[in-house]
Amino acid sequence: MALALVLVPLALALLALVVPSPVWRARLLPAGGAAHLALTVLALNTPNVDALDGWIHLDSVGRLVLGFCSVLYFFTSLYAPGYLGAHPDRPNRLFCACFLAFISTLSLVAESHHLGLMWVAIEATTLTCAPMLNFLRNPRALEATWKYLLIGSVGIALALLGSLFLAYSALSAGLEPSLLFDDLVHDGARLSRPWLRGAFILLFVGYGTKIGLAPMHTWKPDAYGEAPGIVGALLAGGLTSCAFLAILRFFRVAVAAGDAPFVQHVMLVAGLFSMAVAAAFMARQKDFKRMLAYSSVEHMGILVVGLGVGGAAFFGSLLHMVNNGLTKGVLFLVAANIQRAYGSKSSDEVRGVLRRLPVSGALFLAGFFAITGSPPFGPFLSEFTILNAAVTSGRYAVAAVFLTMLVVVFIGMGATVMTVVQGKPSERAASTTVRDTVWSVGPSVALLALVLMLGLYIPGPVDHLLRDAAASLEGGR
Amino acid sequence: MSHVVDPVLVLVLLTNFFLLGTSRLRAVINGTALQGVLLGTLTLLVHHEVGVRPILVAVGATAIKAVVIPWLLARALREAAIRREIEPFIGYIPSLVLGAVGTGLAMLFAGTLPLAPQHVGSLLIPTSLATVITGFILLTTRRKALTQVAGYLVLENGIFIMGLALIEAIPFFVEIGVLLDLLVAIFVMGIMMLQINREFSSLDTTRLSSLKE
Repeated sequence: MALALVLVPLALALLALVVPSPVWRARLLPAGGAAHLALTVLALNTPNVDALDGWIHLDSVGRLVLGFCSVLYFFTSLYAPGYLGAHPDRPNRLFCACFLAFISTLSLVAESHHLGLMWVAIEATTLTCAPMLNFLRNPRALEATWKYLLIGSVGIALALLGSLFLAYSALSAGLEPSLLFDDLVHDGARLSRPWLRGAFILLFVGYGTKIGLAPMHTWKPDAYGEAPGIVGALLAGGLTSCAFLAILRFFRVAVAAGDAPFVQHVMLVAGLFSMAVAAAFMARQKDFKRMLAYSSVEHMGILVVGLGVGGAAFFGSLLHMVNNGLTKGVLFLVAANIQRAYGSKSSDEVRGVLRRLPVSGALFLAGFFAITGSPPFGPFLSEFTILNAAVTSGRYAVAAVFLTMLVVVFIGMGATVMTVVQGKPSERAASTTVRDTVWSVGPSVALLALVLMLGLYIPGPVDHLLRDAAASLEGGR
Repeated sequence: MSHVVDPVLVLVLLTNFFLLGTSRLRAVINGTALQGVLLGTLTLLVHHEVGVRPILVAVGATAIKAVVIPWLLARALREAAIRREIEPFIGYIPSLVLGAVGTGLAMLFAGTLPLAPQHVGSLLIPTSLATVITGFILLTTRRKALTQVAGYLVLENGIFIMGLALIEAIPFFVEIGVLLDLLVAIFVMGIMMLQINREFSSLDTTRLSSLKE
């Protein structure tokens, strides 16, 4: 089971490399998405998913990430054939193979309980995204991919160094060195403190680059701005959550080592700073895909602030990871529809989406309200949980900055979104043939429905999983 | 053990300075290849007994870091038909000074950390940190995509040396996995370099500047 989640999509990826017909190749993607979703449902219903002597073990946090990423991936894959069909001139062999390999490597990240294996898997997710980012092969996409690749690779090289520091913290304390996650948590209290702190800083900067915390976020607006919307959805929902999972993993080691206050202090500062940077760059942002990238920076900041606050905010932070991932799926897929219909992603040229593409326009508007934390959508609930935990734990300054940034982002993002959806489309835009179809808006409708559901009612099993995962972060098992 | 390991580590430090000081791209590639050979040698030296595993890792590291990757980079260089790094953001002498300061700091820093008994007085950890810093300097101060990739490679070499201090902790498959990831990463970067060269008729990354606020 544990290995099937990795190997089945990988086998399909290899199949995609040999299938001669581009149309059938594209149809492999939904098949891969459905197969992965089915396997994930099976895995989530199996009490113990283990393999390879404890190297692979699906714990509650891993289940959460795997579960929601699989849902996001499934709906994104339904969108894929339509997207690839609209670009018949671009060879899609590599894109399809990487698209399928992506979920294989993502599953490995979610399952791995060995920090070395996890690192290898995260580097692999980074690499599978590069050819997808560069799908259109124009100079702008090339520049974005180069920055993504170089900054991302250096970031996770630092994370590797951090992982080695972590192992060395055991060696220098006279323990048997190990990178098995459970051993590290078990020996936490005895690890050498200076090496542990060094490890934490390197891992936080390294994986922080991957999730795009400021000031290591510079690749993000370029990559998300130039990537096809479908890739943006995978990056903003899947890849960032994977790297956040890595941060959650070593956060648990820090908790076990009794060094949580230091770590949480760093996280609060970094998280609030990311929110502030995102808020500043979102104001007057005309490019709506870059705007979504800054929104991703903001929400990664929120996740990290949640960890920094602790207590009830752990639950809020985990729920927010799910909410943000699913909502980003809606927004990026819809943004792709809009960009295709108008041939532009600047609010100077894109007007009147509600008239031109009524369903996409409505979804973009609803997605905007959802991501900025308006009730009744899911992000409202999770952001409110974090805010509430900050206030009840007496961190009034944190709560005040947090709330201010949310308001500033709402205004900044709202200005761009309103300009785009309202008004009258230009003559040129009105004359193109792109229309909303079931396949271009259906996946986003489904994802938005899930986001709405999470705001109104969290189903029993999901709630149970969230509580388990939050409890594990507090130092319980 | 350290009396055979330390001289090799000194050679690694010298290649770092060579890489920082040279302007010829061909020499940069040769320098990284030499460093790859040194790392392969180190892998054999730090293991206490000769076994299958150290030999496999040593051969793998040498093959990837000293043969395949330099070959990929040399191919990109031929394709781009350039020979020198033009005007780095920081000149060669200042970057050498920066490298020296970085190496000194790495020595001081490693001295303050609590080391395992077998590494006290060894150059292993200071060299690892100094090489990481050298990689960083190359990455951030050079304009050519090729030198930046070489910088990334040197950064990874530094991490590899750190891994040698932990041979007991890092399983074989992870070591090989890391090497393979590095290979694929450089391969993808190599392809990107060719595309950049085709598109912009140059490997100068300062031309990649159309995306900004």
